[in-house]
Amino acid sequence: MNGAHDLGGMHGFGPINREPDEPVFHAEWERRAFAITLAMGAHGAWNLDMSRYARERMEPGEYLRTSYYEHWLFGLQLLLTEKGFLSEAEIEQRMRDIADETNAGSES
Amino acid sequence: MFVYHAKLTGCRTEVLSKHKHNEPLPETVLRVKALESLLVEKGLVDPAALDELIDTYETRIGPRNGAKVVARAWVDPAYRDRLLSDASAAIAEFGFTGRQGEDMVVVENTPQVHNMVVCTLCSCYPWPVLGLPPVWYKSAPYRARVVAEPRAVLAEFGYTLADDVEIRVWDSTAEVRYLVLPMRPAGTQDLDEELLAELVTRDAMIGTGLPRSPRA
Repeated sequence: MNGAHDLGGMHGFGPINREPDEPVFHAEWERRAFAITLAMGAHGAWNLDMSRYARERMEPGEYLRTSYYEHWLFGLQLLLTEKGFLSEAEIEQRMRDIADETNAGSES
Repeated sequence: MFVYHAKLTGCRTEVLSKHKHNEPLPETVLRVKALESLLVEKGLVDPAALDELIDTYETRIGPRNGAKVVARAWVDPAYRDRLLSDASAAIAEFGFTGRQGEDMVVVENTPQVHNMVVCTLCSCYPWPVLGLPPVWYKSAPYRARVVAEPRAVLAEFGYTLADDVEIRVWDSTAEVRYLVLPMRPAGTQDLDEELLAELVTRDAMIGTGLPRSPRA
């Protein structure tokens, strides 16, 4: 399947930006997204090709605007919901709950 | 002149290298927290196992593994032969096995041929010997350009090869992962394996660089 991920030979992306002394992860959420993806992969409900295909189903414009671990996160959520581990509704509810707790914590 | 080995299956990655990796949308952070909390609650992931995975890839697996493999190949011709004929098995002699390195191929640089590795569709990379890939390897500019203009890319990394050196670009797949065996630098005949390994950089094993010279 072609798409925004199929980048070989495309023009216009400019110079390659390298970061001196680059850390393995750039934020705590990247560490957690990476580890959750590997841990859930170990259940065997999907293989590497299925993970990749899930990430490639991100809308092309969004794919080009977002970072590597945002692609991973998108693919992870898609597989978790498609395979019935979680529902979108419970994920959205939990996000609201965590946001509310965080806000309540900062006000107290 | 270069060879573009088309891949049959791809993988995935980082795209806009200008994207600020340390400034995610708050929604992204919330989503990760929500997924972890739900999966832990359902007993599908163990937080301690997550910490262990992070520690492994952050502190224990990285390009120093690959450097040991390269240095051994430089000092031991029989090992070099094994590495070039069955890389996965030769690398496993060091105990470097596991995810994203199950089917390894080592490509050897010579005075006539320089090899470079990419994953145009994503981020395929030999984790057991190099660790997780840097952001630039996963970025759109590297993936787009190295197959079309490898000499220009190499120049951006600070290296210029003679015009008669053939450049071969290997496009990794979800299954096959490539590691470059660079040429042993001149003036290193007195160095032992351990000192030689210190000259082997990550980029030399991707092909976007060369090993350090001794005393440099």
